[in-house]
Amino acid sequence: MTSSANPGARKASEERLDEIRKAAADAALPLRNAPVSHPQIRGKESYYGLPVLKAPVWTWEVALYFFIGGVSGMSAALAFAAQLFGGEAALIRAALFVALTGAVLCPILLIADLGRPSRFLNMLRVFKVQSPMSMGAWILVAFSGCVFVALVAFELTQRGYAIPLVIGIRWAAEASGALTGLFLAAYTGVLIGATANPVWSHNRKAIPPHFLASAVGGSGAVLELLGFLTPATQLLGFVAAVAETVLGIYFELSRLPVNSPLHRGKSGWAFRIAGTLAGPIALLVRLLSDSASGRRAAAICFLVGALLSRYAWIWAGVASAKDPEALFQIQRKA
Amino acid sequence: MTISAFLTDATVCIGCKACEVACKEWNEVPADGFVWSGLSYDNTQSLGASTWRHVMFLEQPQTAGPQIADTKDPFRWVFLSDVCKHCANAGCLEACPTGSIVRTDIGSVLVQKDVCNGCGYCIVSCPFGVIDRRPVDGRAFKCTFCYDRQKAGLIPACAKACPTQSIQFGNLEELQERGNNRVHELRERGYEDARLYNPLETSVGGVHAMFVILGEPENYNLPPAPEVPTIYLKSAWTSALLSAAIAFVIACVAFAH
Repeated sequence: MTSSANPGARKASEERLDEIRKAAADAALPLRNAPVSHPQIRGKESYYGLPVLKAPVWTWEVALYFFIGGVSGMSAALAFAAQLFGGEAALIRAALFVALTGAVLCPILLIADLGRPSRFLNMLRVFKVQSPMSMGAWILVAFSGCVFVALVAFELTQRGYAIPLVIGIRWAAEASGALTGLFLAAYTGVLIGATANPVWSHNRKAIPPHFLASAVGGSGAVLELLGFLTPATQLLGFVAAVAETVLGIYFELSRLPVNSPLHRGKSGWAFRIAGTLAGPIALLVRLLSDSASGRRAAAICFLVGALLSRYAWIWAGVASAKDPEALFQIQRKA
Repeated sequence: MTISAFLTDATVCIGCKACEVACKEWNEVPADGFVWSGLSYDNTQSLGASTWRHVMFLEQPQTAGPQIADTKDPFRWVFLSDVCKHCANAGCLEACPTGSIVRTDIGSVLVQKDVCNGCGYCIVSCPFGVIDRRPVDGRAFKCTFCYDRQKAGLIPACAKACPTQSIQFGNLEELQERGNNRVHELRERGYEDARLYNPLETSVGGVHAMFVILGEPENYNLPPAPEVPTIYLKSAWTSALLSAAIAFVIACVAFAH
């Protein structure tokens, strides 16, 4: 394929490799007596400040997937919690519907981000516990199946087919939908935390709670926007906004050089704005007004902040990969 | 099983880039742009999806070195041909969700290009920043250790084309010993900052492409203590599962209220 694109290229052979070696030896660089005015490498500096690591190649789909996966996964967990404690049927149905919508959108986003989308099924060739990407693919497949069955069984029980078998399937599917949904909301934190990227791996214990807080608040906020302005969704909104505020303060105070992508540049500003929207602003709006419009405003603030913070984490990873000194610093300390 | 290895020696490299050319030609690696970097003679700048050997040119204010220019200021010029490290514990291999990246019978780390679907997870899992996705193609590529040549009884193209034996090829144990001997010899000859780069004491567990270098590993963009990301799995999963459990408890409390 490549050779036809370059018809002038000589066929590689042992003779050709000998030729390259001889030509190279003849043309070896002479040392010159010129004064040195080029950039130089001193002390323990990196190679001319060039990045050591490669930046993540993930495009906009992945950050959006993190967000939707979190919201829909947690929605399935909310549906099961509501079912357990006798929540209203309309809310359970809506939560399952949000979960299923996410289960449809998530694979589309992931496949669109692949370099070879037609090979998406290769994700299911192996089951690798040590690869969060592999686990995520399987979690997503399981989640999609569970919430689909759960919603179908739920509708059947609501339409006069409340026979023991259907009820049993509904409970089983809702429970496993909640379990896989919680995994779906949580594993993306592991996915970026267990990498060679400095800012991600350094924060590997803080990213999962941050993602879960967004998932709890996000799924509650979506239900509020669908009209379920209940005390339950209000409580979820409060708890998530408090968690975002606490985590925002924690990240703001973590002043190590490895965390500078969370404080400076495009990723830093996105991270701060996102944290302020989902944390203190959403909290303040909720405290000031428990009217329908106040709660909707708080829900929108939270959702925008949670979505933006997913992008901020990806952008922070890109910035971090380009900073060799931050990488060296954490490795020298270890 | 014999484990194949490279020992690349900066102290005899003349910066001719024959290895880069040989690698590109043998493996039919496409061109990937041409820029004047302004950084010594290095316009390649880094390893990548279409650069599997990369010759570095280090200009340093030092007096002791193999290539000293006759200038007033202390100056040395060091060259090194960088390559995929073929780690004993390879981050890319562990991360690959398709099983495209495998450990071969010669101990190398190989991307099977008919399996890779371009998910990009190996790229953020390599502690050396070697593997990358080729934009037009969509799949991830890196040094194959000339697996095709080795299986035919030939040495890798870069080693074959090297005019100074800066790139040595052989089995791991033998080259490890040769590398240590070389460093010892260099130190005796006054190159006190000579060292063998092979991170045996970190979770990477050593590399199959070792380097004899002068000065600090950082100067060559070699991480001083590279770690395979799988060591982070336990703490990240623990945090994730705990957070998920707490989230579910909060959901239950909200609806039980």
